[in-house]
Amino acid sequence: MSAPTRSHFVRDARGALADTKLRAALLNIKTMFRNGRARQVAAVPEFEELRDAGAALKREVIDNLDAYLARFAAEAESRGAKVHFCADAKDARETIAAICREQGAKLVTKGKSMVTEEIGLNPYLVEQGFTPVETDLGEYIIQLRDEPPSHIIAPAVHVKKEQVAETFRAAHAELPPERDLSTHDALLAEARAELRARFLSADVGITGANMLVAETGQMVLVTNEGNGDLTQTLPKCHVIVASIEKLVPSLDDAATVLRLLGRSATGQHASSYTTLSVGTRREGEVDGPETCHVVLVDNGRSAMLGTPFEDMLRCIRCGACINHCPVFVNVGGHAYGAVYVGPMGSVLTPLLRGLESSAELPFACTMCGRCAEVCPMEIPLPDLLRRLRFEAHDHAYTSKTSRLGLAVWTFLGERPKLMRLAARLGGAMMRLPGAGALRRWPLAGAWTAARDLPVPEGGGFVARANAKNGD
Amino acid sequence: MTEAAETPRRVALFATCLVETMRPSVGFATLKLLKSADVEVVIPPGQTCCGQPQFNSGDKQGAKRLAKRVIAEFEPYEAVVVPSGSCAGMIATHYPGLFADEPAWAGRAAALAAKTYELTQFLVDVLGVADVPGRVEGPVAYHDSCSSRREMGVHAQPRKLLAAAGAEVRDVEEPEECCGFGGTFCVKMSDVSGALVDAKAKAAIATGAGTLLAGDMGCLLNIAGRLKRLGSPMTVRHVAEALAGDCETPGIGEAKK
Repeated sequence: MSAPTRSHFVRDARGALADTKLRAALLNIKTMFRNGRARQVAAVPEFEELRDAGAALKREVIDNLDAYLARFAAEAESRGAKVHFCADAKDARETIAAICREQGAKLVTKGKSMVTEEIGLNPYLVEQGFTPVETDLGEYIIQLRDEPPSHIIAPAVHVKKEQVAETFRAAHAELPPERDLSTHDALLAEARAELRARFLSADVGITGANMLVAETGQMVLVTNEGNGDLTQTLPKCHVIVASIEKLVPSLDDAATVLRLLGRSATGQHASSYTTLSVGTRREGEVDGPETCHVVLVDNGRSAMLGTPFEDMLRCIRCGACINHCPVFVNVGGHAYGAVYVGPMGSVLTPLLRGLESSAELPFACTMCGRCAEVCPMEIPLPDLLRRLRFEAHDHAYTSKTSRLGLAVWTFLGERPKLMRLAARLGGAMMRLPGAGALRRWPLAGAWTAARDLPVPEGGGFVARANAKNGD
Repeated sequence: MTEAAETPRRVALFATCLVETMRPSVGFATLKLLKSADVEVVIPPGQTCCGQPQFNSGDKQGAKRLAKRVIAEFEPYEAVVVPSGSCAGMIATHYPGLFADEPAWAGRAAALAAKTYELTQFLVDVLGVADVPGRVEGPVAYHDSCSSRREMGVHAQPRKLLAAAGAEVRDVEEPEECCGFGGTFCVKMSDVSGALVDAKAKAAIATGAGTLLAGDMGCLLNIAGRLKRLGSPMTVRHVAEALAGDCETPGIGEAKK
């Protein structure tokens, strides 16, 4: 499935809201992720200090990104890795495909990696004659369904268990058709058996990285299924694909981020597997790849440096903002028409893909502020979304109706008497039917679609109060 | 937020455009609450809108034009009191940043921001009010607006005042969830907004309380509208009305009897 190139949020959100299966599946986000995070955060009294420390260390990285990248590359290469700097998605795809070709690869296993979704790696690898197989259960499910992920840490959160069973029956046609796939355990066992064979025969293993440690050249990979480890240790070649902001200065810093990551993401104090690895298999080691490549992807990120949007480069992709977004939990990820979804996605997508094709996304937000409250990196997501709204308005990517409405409002706002007269006339008309609230009203269709329109009480306040006050 | 060295005794009331145009009762109730706390209240006559709709809809220039009017109109007073967490939040948390590129205005914006309060916050945190004129019978459901909670730190204050009025306050389920108003969001993204307000209205009904109170007219109009659409008899009011004992006016969205 290639990365979506344009968002139609209003249209697709409407479809999502009507999809009862999807909305039932999304309830898991509240029960699992929100409640889990709340429990974990409550158990760590110093969580706010941890957030401060996490944000500070990522600020340090972003302020000195060139130096940390150089240090990381030197350390990783001294331990047998080859580091590639890729300016854009095309560059990264071609670099990875060239590595696969050099390895004479056919089967390529993949750990879950959002940046490979961002660069559209899988369709390109297929086009180049390779067979990429996703090994994270959620990614495996959506790969079989030919769908994009709908969440950065739970890519198949939109799919119900019964739908997974249907998908497996269609994909694993060699298995007995009458087998029982009604339980999570049965689905898991089947996926495990299918994937085990792939792990053992893969020629190249591609993973993302949760962090890159500058002082040691290590990568830190966090999973709950252990698939990342099998992907990186079994094939003879390991390719790490990571965006340039994944750096942390030191192992101590990595520990700080890890304390924030699991708790913020899935409500776990630590994910099941946290793996640190560097370079190639050394003398006397029993496993590890013979060759190791690190593909560092810029793809628009360095352009964010020095702008108000560089705050976004602190993001550790935990998904807390997504899980706590009232809009996301109602519509799911596909409505965003983008690889990155929810609040972080609505900031990142316009920056990476351009605002014109994503202009609705910064408005897919009520400005409730909960995302910023839970962000472990203290990213001011609503402020960044608002900045993108300014840009959308300035480029006239917003509707004419919206811009005209705002202009009228400002015009009236500068003319108190006129504003009050307009309100008085409008209110008087709305009171004519004699109801307390109206089921429909001219030009108020968007409001009355879901709710009645309360009728103004009338009379105004400022002038009347001042008259009474003897002003 | 820095507090004035001495308790302000003469404050300016910023009623907000929604109170002016939709629910003047809230303004009168606010006036009554402030007066009963022995505060002299000035209502600057040129006030209209804080510019938040423009600010949150991408129109920075429009927001600045209205913000400049508010600053000029309200800066002479010791404090500014607003019966809305979101309009207070606009002034107190967003005005200074709005003028980051206009230093002459940035200072004035910051000064105004430092003395702007949401109504219940001013009554409790600044004046230390422990009693109110109104009496509230039976349980009431309370909805915290997102901006009250997150921008102004208002959560305990209205509960404290409602307790003083004798109310039993019930939180709605998932109290941290947005009601879906979001300013122009409710019409730009009306389907999503509709889903959010549906959940909020049902959560309010589930409290079993006969009345829903909140401190922001935006949320109140939104939730009241949905409650009406669902056929719920729940009465919806601004918290100021209940605290002031001004409950003769029909609830929001209800016809005069």
